[in-house]
Amino acid sequence: MKVGLFIPCYINQLYPQVGKATLELLEKLNVKVSYPSGQTCCGQPMANSGYESESIGACNHFIDNFKDFDYIVTPSGSCAYHVKKHYDIIPQTEDVINVRNNVYELCDFILNILKIKDIGASFPYKVGVHKSCHGLRGLRLGSCSERVEASYSYIEELLQHTKGVELMPLQRSDECCGFGGTFAVVEEAISVKMGKDKIKDHLESGVEVITATDTSCLMHLEGLITRNHQPLKVLHIAEILNSNL
Amino acid sequence: MSHSELASIFNKNEKKVDWHDKALWFVRHKRDLSVHEVKGWEALRNLGHGIKAHTLSNLDNYLIEFEANAIKNDIQVHWAADGDEHNRIVHNIIKESNGKKVVKSKSMLTEECHLNPFLEAHGIEVIDTDLGERIVQLAKEKPSHIVLPAIHKNKHEVDKLFQEHLGTKPCDGDPQYLTGEARKHLRQKFIQADVAITGVNFAIANTGGFVVCTNEGNADMGAQLAPVHIACMGVEKIIPKQEHLGVFLRLLARSATGQPITTYSSHFKKPRKGEKMHIVIVDNGRTEQLSRPDFRTSLHCIRCGACMNTCPIYRRSGGHSYDATIPGPIGSILSPGKDLKKYSSLPFASTLCGSCSDVCPVKIDIHSQLYKWRQIITKETPQPFVKAQTMKIMGQMFSKPSQFERVGKAVRWSLRNLPKSVINSKLNTWGKARDLPEGPKQSFDQWYEERKNNQKD
Ligand code: SF4
Repeated sequence: MKVGLFIPCYINQLYPQVGKATLELLEKLNVKVSYPSGQTCCGQPMANSGYESESIGACNHFIDNFKDFDYIVTPSGSCAYHVKKHYDIIPQTEDVINVRNNVYELCDFILNILKIKDIGASFPYKVGVHKSCHGLRGLRLGSCSERVEASYSYIEELLQHTKGVELMPLQRSDECCGFGGTFAVVEEAISVKMGKDKIKDHLESGVEVITATDTSCLMHLEGLITRNHQPLKVLHIAEILNSNL
Repeated sequence: MSHSELASIFNKNEKKVDWHDKALWFVRHKRDLSVHEVKGWEALRNLGHGIKAHTLSNLDNYLIEFEANAIKNDIQVHWAADGDEHNRIVHNIIKESNGKKVVKSKSMLTEECHLNPFLEAHGIEVIDTDLGERIVQLAKEKPSHIVLPAIHKNKHEVDKLFQEHLGTKPCDGDPQYLTGEARKHLRQKFIQADVAITGVNFAIANTGGFVVCTNEGNADMGAQLAPVHIACMGVEKIIPKQEHLGVFLRLLARSATGQPITTYSSHFKKPRKGEKMHIVIVDNGRTEQLSRPDFRTSLHCIRCGACMNTCPIYRRSGGHSYDATIPGPIGSILSPGKDLKKYSSLPFASTLCGSCSDVCPVKIDIHSQLYKWRQIITKETPQPFVKAQTMKIMGQMFSKPSQFERVGKAVRWSLRNLPKSVINSKLNTWGKARDLPEGPKQSFDQWYEERKNNQKD
């Protein structure tokens, strides 16, 4: 099984610890992971801003980097979703089709491809899960509150098997945090208000650590938490699953 | 003004935002409880979607069938290409019957066509009889929601408004008293009306009849008392058969308010003896939308309002921030089809969270259509120079790893070394209310290289 690791651009530059945790975690699970050098970005920032055409270079570059792998794993539901959903703007060669089919968000890959539930991690904290929207409603990494379906959640399932984790329920289990890429800046007022409300929900539920499948949501929430000196931490799910505290 | 500007103004009063958000979330929650009682809910949504898709693909035939059956039932059928024609037709019918006073039950179509100001300019009194609509009419405002038109007003505002216009006594916003007074006021108007105008929720091709859903019974009250009934409908309101109501009435009521069925689902089929019934069928841009493959399913909409109640942006920006007849997610994919430039900010008033698409009873992929409008808007309407350039530069940077590495290094250095006052300067919108992460010394790439080298040693 040839597995390629995709580390999204902003994680690479701003949150390298998330990349490290992802790589170490996969290695712990005996996956032979390659990290193709020279990777950049999936193209989402431009495309979601309405400049899909400017993202074609990034898409092609992504395919070049990952076309030879059986699986492409990434600690970002949002990037995986972008490749799956929006890479229809480049010609659908066999390589492109394969890459789109084989790209996986980390929790999804661990649970459904590796078929591992208990990683042997331990993390003795009260954890609140932020269900990042693109992973939830795009990749269906869990059931969402709008649809009538059997309830499930990949990230929560892995956390339930993590020693010490106490999962805290929220009032609004899957409301968006308000990040939304350039939305965070274009619609600053609403973005900030959504983030504040989200944090309030976690605080009121007694959460100590907020986690998610996407660092982008967490960057937005952390920005508010540090500015407002609130007693909360954010950690990407890979960092929790890679813990042995 | 753009959506974000209007939203910022709405957000100056955080208490009001919280209240608005909670009021609508309450409706969304009621909807959840109610749809989770229906085992086959998702199958019902699929069915609703399928029937609408089929109908829109055969729209011409179903409209003709509907017209023929309606005429058989002694209903007079009129066709309007746009809002102006619609208004003229309605006005002519009223003139012919020497009408002076009109009562109208809720109809987003007549809002869209700006019927009220048109008729008023011709000396006709038009009274909106849905309580929420009447409130916004008295306040000289527009509905801010398609099901809950006055949801932006609290009871104290209504109290004041009624004192001013209906001569009520101050009551500290007592809802019971206020609705009682509104009822008295509206009864009077119903009795005096010469013509009743209603909207149409579903027009049934195989019977020529139509159904109007209200919770207040005001459509019935108007149509049963006035000698002339004019029903106005968009072309997309057609359903093929009577039996399809079983699908749509269930989807509509549960999605809109969480009720198992709307209080009044009024079936109209023919005029009472000696009286008149008219139907005005309106296009007003709908067939143009139908011709756009990426956006045609937006015409599936049954106007339940669920996408508004669920939208985290709508709840916190208020319906008026969309500055369009239909606000919220569905409005944001319909409006650009009417005026791309005017409504160019609406498809960006979303995080693309997808909640709207999952809540929609007829499964319109609203968030995908928002994404698609964005692509069109940046090409076909003037964009700020800086935005366009930034995107171009980013596009180039992400196709070339060496550039990406250089820029990444510079960003990390700045985040680490520049004073906070510079980082959070006015130019940085992000930093107004949020901190940026500390710039780490090493990128993941650099760490990985280092590790590889260490492993070699
Ligand atoms: S788009 Fe769907 S959810 Fe929104 S109002 Fe129309 S039918 Fe309801």
